[in-house]
Amino acid sequence: MDAIILQILNGLDKGSAYALIALGLTLIFGTLGVVNFAHGALFMIGAFCAVTLTKFMTWEVATGEVQKTAWGSEVPVTKPLFESWFGPEVGGALIDWSVPLAILFSIPIMIIIGFVMERGLIKHFYKRPHADQILVTFGLAIVLQEIIKAFYGANPIPTPAPAAFKGSFDFGAMLGFDPNVIIYPYWRMVYFAFAAVVIGAVFAFLQFTTFGMVVRAGMADRETVGLLGINIDKRFTIMFGLAAAVAGLAGVMYAPINSPNYHMGMDFLVLSFVVVVVGGMGSLPGAVAAGFLLGILESFASMNQIKSLLPGIDQIIIYLVAIIILLTRPRGLMGKKGVMED
Amino acid sequence: MTKSNLTRRGVLKTGAVAGAGVALPTIFTASSAAAYTNEPTGSSVTLGFNVPQTGPYADEGADELRAFELAVEHLNGGGDGGMMNTFSSKALKGNGILGKKVEYVTGDTQTKSDAARASAKSMIEKDGAVMISGGSSSGVAIAVQGLCQEAGVIFMAGLTHSNDTTGKDKKANGFRHFFNGYMSGAALAPVLANAYGTDRKAYHLTADYTWGWTQQESIAAATEALGWETVNNVLTPLAATDFSSYIAPVLNSGADVLVLNHYGGNMVNSLTNAVQFGLRDKIVNGKQFEIVVPLYSRLMARGAGENVKGILGSTNWHWSLQDEGSQAFVKSFGTKYGFPPSQAAHTCYVQTLLYADAVERAGTFNPCGVAEALEGYEFDGLGNGPTLYRAEDHQCFKDVLVVRGKENPTSEFDVLEVVEVTPRAQVEYAPDHPMFAGGNLGTCNPGA
Amino acid sequence: MLGLNKKDTTLLIIVAALTLLAPFILNPFPTESGLAQFNAGYPDLMQRFVIFGIFAIGFNILFGLTGYLSFGHAAFLGVGSYSAVWMFKLLSMNVIPAIILAVIISGLFAVLIGYVSLRRSGIYFSILTLAFAQMSFNLAYSVLTPITNGETGLQLTLEDPRVLGQSATADGSIPVTNLFGAEMRSTYEMAVGPWAFQFNMGYYLCAIIMLVSFYLAIRIFRSPFGMMLRAIKSNQTRMSYTGLNPRPYTLAAFVISGMYAGLAGGLMASMDPLAGAERMQWTASGEVVLMTILGGAGTLIGPVLGAGFIKYFENIFSKINDNILHGWFAFMPDGLEDFVVTILHPFIGKGWHLTLGILFMLVVIFLPGGLVEGGQRIARLFRGKKSDDKSDEATQSTPAE
Repeated sequence: MDAIILQILNGLDKGSAYALIALGLTLIFGTLGVVNFAHGALFMIGAFCAVTLTKFMTWEVATGEVQKTAWGSEVPVTKPLFESWFGPEVGGALIDWSVPLAILFSIPIMIIIGFVMERGLIKHFYKRPHADQILVTFGLAIVLQEIIKAFYGANPIPTPAPAAFKGSFDFGAMLGFDPNVIIYPYWRMVYFAFAAVVIGAVFAFLQFTTFGMVVRAGMADRETVGLLGINIDKRFTIMFGLAAAVAGLAGVMYAPINSPNYHMGMDFLVLSFVVVVVGGMGSLPGAVAAGFLLGILESFASMNQIKSLLPGIDQIIIYLVAIIILLTRPRGLMGKKGVMED
Repeated sequence: MTKSNLTRRGVLKTGAVAGAGVALPTIFTASSAAAYTNEPTGSSVTLGFNVPQTGPYADEGADELRAFELAVEHLNGGGDGGMMNTFSSKALKGNGILGKKVEYVTGDTQTKSDAARASAKSMIEKDGAVMISGGSSSGVAIAVQGLCQEAGVIFMAGLTHSNDTTGKDKKANGFRHFFNGYMSGAALAPVLANAYGTDRKAYHLTADYTWGWTQQESIAAATEALGWETVNNVLTPLAATDFSSYIAPVLNSGADVLVLNHYGGNMVNSLTNAVQFGLRDKIVNGKQFEIVVPLYSRLMARGAGENVKGILGSTNWHWSLQDEGSQAFVKSFGTKYGFPPSQAAHTCYVQTLLYADAVERAGTFNPCGVAEALEGYEFDGLGNGPTLYRAEDHQCFKDVLVVRGKENPTSEFDVLEVVEVTPRAQVEYAPDHPMFAGGNLGTCNPGA
Repeated sequence: MLGLNKKDTTLLIIVAALTLLAPFILNPFPTESGLAQFNAGYPDLMQRFVIFGIFAIGFNILFGLTGYLSFGHAAFLGVGSYSAVWMFKLLSMNVIPAIILAVIISGLFAVLIGYVSLRRSGIYFSILTLAFAQMSFNLAYSVLTPITNGETGLQLTLEDPRVLGQSATADGSIPVTNLFGAEMRSTYEMAVGPWAFQFNMGYYLCAIIMLVSFYLAIRIFRSPFGMMLRAIKSNQTRMSYTGLNPRPYTLAAFVISGMYAGLAGGLMASMDPLAGAERMQWTASGEVVLMTILGGAGTLIGPVLGAGFIKYFENIFSKINDNILHGWFAFMPDGLEDFVVTILHPFIGKGWHLTLGILFMLVVIFLPGGLVEGGQRIARLFRGKKSDDKSDEATQSTPAE
């Protein structure tokens, strides 16, 4: 029982990341009809927004003294930039909270990146075959990740969460189990809550604003909305920016969970496509539901009890589930008829 | 027109002298004018450095490449000579190898067996490389070692830690300076028993591929011999990026030590996750919960940041070693690049010098001559104390370092501190040890 | 000739000439010159060109004709390689049985996966094939290690039985792959002045097999069966209304292209007897998709060009390092030389991915029909305007979704 509760927690957490990325992908599929292979790269850039801010705050500035290193050369003694600007206490606190602060910093950056991508590149591919879209966005993804690699190297970069969120919470004690049986890290709970808020906000935005209504209408029938004299193109650009921002936010908050590296986007890319398709093309609730479903099933599959029955099941569970769902439900969980079926 | 097989440079010379002629193409196989594959006939000799330049190990590859460049510079008489001055053999004179200037070509293994072999083949077929070195994973090392055996060139393995490289997949043309899983276990177990006691229950998380399995087997055997109990061994997918669902059940299993048989990105993530779950703050069975990372890489440990503090593991070499050889190497590397070398860089540098030295002593580049010069060779002054290249399996035997994540690092390079230098005698094993059994060295192949 | 029309015959002859003379064409620079770095005429890379050419030709039969975008074709390549290596381990080092087994096993595998995946179309089909291939890769890397040798890849050992051959040669080495005694690795060198050309047995075997595959592909493209496949691509619904069931046709195309992939895999193992699991990863499947689109999907020659393009960059650009750059620009004044090297540095060696990514984007932005369209444009420039609007069926670009 306790093991199951624990894996449900894990699944919700994994599912949050899948759902956030899949949500952004679906926004782009659904509104623009574009297969965006660069979406994983946007997630990665989000994480590197956090890395960049942390690096900037802890930029080593010389204090004037010089020390000798163990390998023989002389280096100046340094201290972090923010500590020299704001003093050790305020500066230290700001550095500690750099990841949450990076959220503010990343939203405008991601939106701008989204705009530039859509206006500069994707726009010209609306009428091109999906295969061309895949090729050009895949090329873009490689370029983006190689640029990040050129600046930050190939190794992961530690980006810790604020000290207040270190350690883990004992759920078990709260639910009447023995202590230490069900523990869960604070930051992962924050991540889940954050994902829930972002997903809720996106849905509310589409459901309750005029802008959202027009976009939903455009998703359903682009031509008619255009004939009504509404500039749907401009709104679609904004949607692309929004999707980029969602991917970026997912990345920023993910940075403390696993140290970011330049290929983390590619690692997530294939999985998030599977999630989107299992959810059903063009369905936002489907993408979110599939994200959580696959996250939870993946966690269950890695339980020792199940692994001992079916060795290697955790390696293939996601793909196996995808096959079963697609064979029983032709358009995934909530897919719309005719979207990307030919 | 001359007859030849696989070699290019030799043919060029003679072909040019004979004048351009259009000859009747004849297909032919082994045995020909050249005595061995890619026999260097000009004033230079080409070495092939095959390292990961893309993919997750690209930084390690870049460091290996720096070390190779440094080694070539030293062999050609440039720089301060580095470890050539401290090396017990004095055959190298700084005039290249056998008087031939050392040139090199580089390639990208991509940390994939296929790509690594393609790259090595192009070095052998196109550039005329007479030795291949480098690499940062055991799968690649074993694959390239097999290729070099078939092609008839020497392979000086880079970073490869699996028992199989000099165990069941050993090859007569392949040589490994780096240590292996068994040695990690043998060096680490006594230190662990000392630090954490002999009554411990260990939970292993193991990367689900051959390197992970051999290391897990070695560590479990070594710790069990000292009284530890292995509660569970869970295999994790290589592609996993989030280890939470494997780490969550650990506390509940009754184990009080977690052993992470992971390397590279897997290690960074699993360690980060384990610390996130607060495992190290817990008391289990009345003892402090501990985490062990049997194979450390300083470059990668940096990626785990604060999480490595106080965590024990083993490593082949570390720049803070105080012996003469290490100091000389760190000094010339640090002067050239501005930061200290990694263990991957060290092993690649040493392998290049050892190869060059063996050629000098053998008086030929013929792989069979070189292999004979390396087999059973005892040397010193290359950073790990007195070392033996064992003839039976082409594995180096030397001291192994047990290290711990430093509590107060002074710089981003100062991540690990050496806890103990385990003497060579303690990590030696018989060539037919069960963990290494099943292979066959075969006979050296000079190609051609 | 051979049942082809004039245009196709010309194309086949051109391809045959290019392939058979490749050792000359790909080695245009003298061996000791600085530009020799760009020579691609060494056995391993030439073999890769034609083998991946076969792979891409086969992929194009499915994707170019029916429009079904498989994202898991590398699985068939991998299965073919594993079967071939097992044949070398158990039977003999002759490549013929290995290649035959590779084609058969990958064909069976394709029947299985195709039968299930073709129940869906569009992106749902792509994801089903991707899922099957990723499952194969993940299992081959871990649980199936006894069959696949996991991370290292399946390789030959001195202990293999090889019932019709020998376990080890007289001098204690592993025997090499051969065709009735002719070793795949045997290479004949021809020196002409400062040039050196390599003629490799294995390459010519691959080249001939590729020409046969190419010929078969032309026949399929021109056959009623090919017409049927195009009909499926243009309007499947209408086709069903006429009372035709498209499934058997698509399944046949899927299996044929799977067998092409298996053939490529078998040849790869015959040239270099090691089968690595990475051959089945999604990136490998994606690579053949990129090759086909880059060259020109639906065209006959496009996929082969795309395959050559990507393999060239992977093998040649990744080997250029700063040292070589300094060698090229040594004629410049020191400051300028360093400057040029610094500018070029991010694009070579470890930056070859970046160069490739940029080229993907440039090609697809400016040449919507892939490299074939680039060739057509150049040809048009030379021929002048008169043949401008004459649609060239052999190289016609029919981009697909």
